Amino acid sequence: MNILRATAFILAWCLIIPAGSVKAERKFVFTAIPDQDESKLRQRFGKVALYLSKALNLNVEYVPVKSYAAAVTAFRNNQVQLAWFGGLSGVRARNLVKDSRAIAQGKKDPFFETYFIAHKSSGLEYSKKFPKSMAGMTFTFGSKGSTSGRLMPEFYIRKAFKKSPQEVFKRVGFSGNHSRTVALVQSGAFQVGATNFKVWKRGVKDGTIELNKISVIWKTPGYPDYNWTIRGDVDRSFGSGFSKKVQQALLQMDDPELLKSFPRKGFIAAKNSDYKPILDTARMLNLID
Amino acid sequence: MTAKKLSSPLARVTGIFFIVTIVCLTFADLTVTTVDPWSEFGRLASGLISPDFFSTDSLVLSLAYTLAFALLGVLLGNLIGFGFALLFSFRLIRIFCAVIRAVHELFWALIFLQLFGLSPITGILAIAIPYSGIIAKVYAEILEESDQSPLEVLSVNTSRASTFLFVRLPDAWVQFKTYSMYRLECGLRSSAVLGFIGLPTLGFHLESAFKEGHYQEVSALLIVFYILIATMRFWMKRQFLPVYLILSVVILPWDTNFSASNILRFLTEDIIPYPMRDNTASMMDWVHLLVVTQAFPGMLATLQLTMIALFATGILTMLFFPLISPLFFKMKGRGIGHVFLVIIRSTPEYILAFILLQLWGPSMLPAIVALAFHNSAIIGHLIGRYTENIALRQDSVTGINRYFYEVSPRIYRPMLALLFYRWEVILRETAILGMLGVATIGFYIDSAFSDLRFDRALVLIAITAMMNICVDAISRLIRSHLRLKTSLEYK
Repeated sequence: MNILRATAFILAWCLIIPAGSVKAERKFVFTAIPDQDESKLRQRFGKVALYLSKALNLNVEYVPVKSYAAAVTAFRNNQVQLAWFGGLSGVRARNLVKDSRAIAQGKKDPFFETYFIAHKSSGLEYSKKFPKSMAGMTFTFGSKGSTSGRLMPEFYIRKAFKKSPQEVFKRVGFSGNHSRTVALVQSGAFQVGATNFKVWKRGVKDGTIELNKISVIWKTPGYPDYNWTIRGDVDRSFGSGFSKKVQQALLQMDDPELLKSFPRKGFIAAKNSDYKPILDTARMLNLID
Repeated sequence: MTAKKLSSPLARVTGIFFIVTIVCLTFADLTVTTVDPWSEFGRLASGLISPDFFSTDSLVLSLAYTLAFALLGVLLGNLIGFGFALLFSFRLIRIFCAVIRAVHELFWALIFLQLFGLSPITGILAIAIPYSGIIAKVYAEILEESDQSPLEVLSVNTSRASTFLFVRLPDAWVQFKTYSMYRLECGLRSSAVLGFIGLPTLGFHLESAFKEGHYQEVSALLIVFYILIATMRFWMKRQFLPVYLILSVVILPWDTNFSASNILRFLTEDIIPYPMRDNTASMMDWVHLLVVTQAFPGMLATLQLTMIALFATGILTMLFFPLISPLFFKMKGRGIGHVFLVIIRSTPEYILAFILLQLWGPSMLPAIVALAFHNSAIIGHLIGRYTENIALRQDSVTGINRYFYEVSPRIYRPMLALLFYRWEVILRETAILGMLGVATIGFYIDSAFSDLRFDRALVLIAITAMMNICVDAISRLIRSHLRLKTSLEYK
């Protein structure tokens, strides 16, 4: 009977604690899509949270998520109020949350690029024209919900071959994130892949990319990508002008240690309409209803 | 002579499954796609022997969360399952239980993520709900098979409640307890795997560490996990249970808020087929896309992989059980066999498949090997233990002859019983492995979730559940046809 009593007690707790904590102190929570090196996310973004806490004079927390979709869902359900999205996830999030706005982007983000990369054994080399000889090889995207790792490369593949990637390639994979795509092509698990050019450049600088094994074979034209998006109702719940304050804090972030997490040199202002091309492309590829 | 042999129902069923497996194999994609799988394997192996316990962000906390989700999930599942077991004579309850256990914990978690976000409720319910369906079935069977003789000596006017409480329950209670311990072990595995989709358990860090190739961290996480399971019988004492449960409730991060409107929106909008929400979209296109390009190929691949994995499990079981059988090895040798089997069966097949996929690339091969090893380690363990009760003649043959002529014929029947019992489990796991990139139906479910198309995801999950229920029914038919009986401890 002791067990039964303890159980009843605990079940009561289960109901009381979550109910009570909803009314706890307001805190501002943000997340970021897990687009690259996923180790020590909490440590890295914890510093960003600390910076925002000071700048906004408010308890700011970072929540790590495992997927792009989870970031969008958390934003939609108001479990985070601010998020560092990719182009596609940002468009999806703003479609789902009324009045939400893109407020900042990286300095490079209006002209983002995808690099098609290939293992040396594929025999592919850099060309200005889309390298159609990759047909029939194995190919990996990044995450299923990525702009630079999925949406844009798929768009250019379909444009060149008039066929779906599954029909063009012998095998199509989804590595999960950009650094993983590089690693998979470098190890030869896939012959060709598409990755975010920022991640590529950083890998070359860090020396994690071995240029005798892997190289860039094609670069896409520029397109708008990553963005900070904030919910429309924050001004109501955190005081009027709050989203302006957040935007200022982001634009003023200049500590290279913080910016390294993204990785960007700094942030500039953004607006929803900047991402119209992404929305149109996503509709065309039937990735958004 | 041959004709007579083939007429044995056991041989016939084995033959049919063999042919089906061969057919499935001829269409299967089994290539190792990585150019140099061994160099990655070398890195993994060297990482495994030099674990680094300090590189994980919060190892102790994620260990505690893993335990907390498992304890609360299994407890809740036990309570609900027990309730359902009492009502198991109602057909509707039986169907309901079959449906909820046909959906894998990970799929439940993906659904609950939409409702409750990363709140602990997501993890607890994701374990509790499918487990309650399984527990209900097993408890109902225990009650049914319990000793009926005390009932006959009761006075006629004993109330139903006291009959149950004082006659039937005490008899079944011991078995409930044993089974709950086993479920808790499963719960720990499930809890760890839930980290792969974002809950803060061991799997969360395991997935990141693997993806980034930090094998020393992987090693540390796996070792902690094995120790947790291997020592379960020492720390899991009934008198400590209330303390554990209270601690579990206290440490979990309950501060994620969620609102009723999210839940309502999910149930009344998100899961309604898109064409019914937007008149400009065509219902035909929606159904066509879902059924022809996703559900159908997904189902085919799932069934194909399941059949191959099932047969491979059978073959590996026949290889594994002697490792721990006193009929073949002395104490020392069996010790090594035990360690080997414990490690493979403690590793969730999801994690095993994940490891092999990193090494070999995304074909069916990693999935088949992972499923076959994990499941045959479980069945092999049970069969090995079963052989402890086989008394051979003092002068019976030894070695290979003993294996083929004395032992194999004796264990074949119980082995098949267990194998068919796990068929449904293998199917459920096969579906889930799609989330790792193998082309089973889970791949399309994962895609639907990452496109935030919950209407499609739910249809595909429902199809997966239907498949599961069908396989379960076929398995039951075969088992009753062959008169295979599975005794309780083997479930």
